[in-house]
Amino acid sequence: MEPVLPENLTDADLIEALAHTHLADCYQCGKCTAGCPMAAAMDVMPNQLVRMLQLGQALEAMKSNAIWACVSCQTCSARCPKSVDCAGIMDGLRELSLQRGAASPAQRRVLAFQQAFLDNIRRNGRLDEIELIAEFKLRALRHEPSLRFLFKGSMVAPALQHRRKLHLRGEKVKDRDVVRRIFERCTDGKHA
Amino acid sequence: MRLGYYPGCALHGSSNDYEQSLRACLGKLEVEPEEIREWVCCGATAAHSLNHKLSIALPGRNLALAEQQGFEEMLAPCPLCSMQLLKASKLIKEDDGLRREISSIVEGEISGRVNVLNLIQVFQQVGLDRIKGAVKKPLTDLKPACYYGCLLVRPPEVVKFDDPEQPSSMEAIVNALGAMPVEWNFRTECCGAGMTMAKEETVLDLSHRILTDAQQHGANCLVTACPMCHVNLDMKQYDIERSYSVVIKLPVYYLSDLVGLALGISREALGIDRHFVT
Repeated sequence: MEPVLPENLTDADLIEALAHTHLADCYQCGKCTAGCPMAAAMDVMPNQLVRMLQLGQALEAMKSNAIWACVSCQTCSARCPKSVDCAGIMDGLRELSLQRGAASPAQRRVLAFQQAFLDNIRRNGRLDEIELIAEFKLRALRHEPSLRFLFKGSMVAPALQHRRKLHLRGEKVKDRDVVRRIFERCTDGKHA
Repeated sequence: MRLGYYPGCALHGSSNDYEQSLRACLGKLEVEPEEIREWVCCGATAAHSLNHKLSIALPGRNLALAEQQGFEEMLAPCPLCSMQLLKASKLIKEDDGLRREISSIVEGEISGRVNVLNLIQVFQQVGLDRIKGAVKKPLTDLKPACYYGCLLVRPPEVVKFDDPEQPSSMEAIVNALGAMPVEWNFRTECCGAGMTMAKEETVLDLSHRILTDAQQHGANCLVTACPMCHVNLDMKQYDIERSYSVVIKLPVYYLSDLVGLALGISREALGIDRHFVT
């Protein structure tokens, strides 16, 4: 039998592979949604996202606000009677929605934060908190220019400084080249 | 046995009071964790949300370093780091093709043999009887709400720790210190985790519910073993009070703070004076 080439995979197949789970196992009991701390803030419920994937509506699921409201608490996956990894499916949907440019414009701030976070790690190997805040705000400001947002949270800086919790320069690993190479190999598509 | 130490970014950043606390406390119990040299960030929520491969490779790099440096056990006091390390380890052990691929990506052989421990497990290894015997100042005035949050107990097949719905390991330690943990409902609910910057309203809402439930059940403090939970429940408590027009003033301790206090270590030596709610 011919091996299945990646091109032949549907988005739902890709998400199954990313999440190491079986979408068809879900029988829509709704327990994931019942225990989700963010369900009230979601436009599409977790069990509905799984159903959309079963029905081949992956792109619609990727466009939802819900996948960016998810806090990755893992409650859905832990309680699923069929061991469907719903939190893993959320991760898969976020990853593909970034690749497909399908992320909901209303949720750009969460995506901007996560992209800024990874950029920071790629450069330093470890998180530099001040740099992260600056990068996050610059990214997010492109979509929502607002002075209030720019300075939000800055009032806490003196309190952090007073508690010796503010580090003007973050730590870096010595061998940053290896970190860069790890990032390259994880994003070049050759190690899919 | 040598115990490796993976601090993760938070404990070397704004949660450095947690590191101060656990070093002081474990030192008193003659446990001296050795930092893994050249450790890198685990990738946290950003990696598992945006790049699955990276979310295995970054923890994988740390597992490889720990093996190269001769550790068989390592403490990861941040439950997110700990879970990411355990998840990478599990996936690598289950799939030899993946193991070889990740080893090549991170330029270091990974077998997955390093045992990753959370802080509660290190206290369990020391032994509750020994901790009980070393108590100098029993915490008889404290009624803590033991708060596990998400990732100490979830996903259960990854972390394989305690009961995911009704955990009791933290209560057992707090009991050994002479404190009286309260029964309450939000022990494994989420505080909003890494949304502190990107979606503050999520953190304020979820953390408000947790703090309120703890108080309604008679707690006079809350205890956690997670740097992010501590930020959301302690540093953000003032913002929660303002947003919901309530007064909470509930001190939030790291588990090592309570063990340390009972062992006779000062609040200053543990870094408790550096918390926001005191």
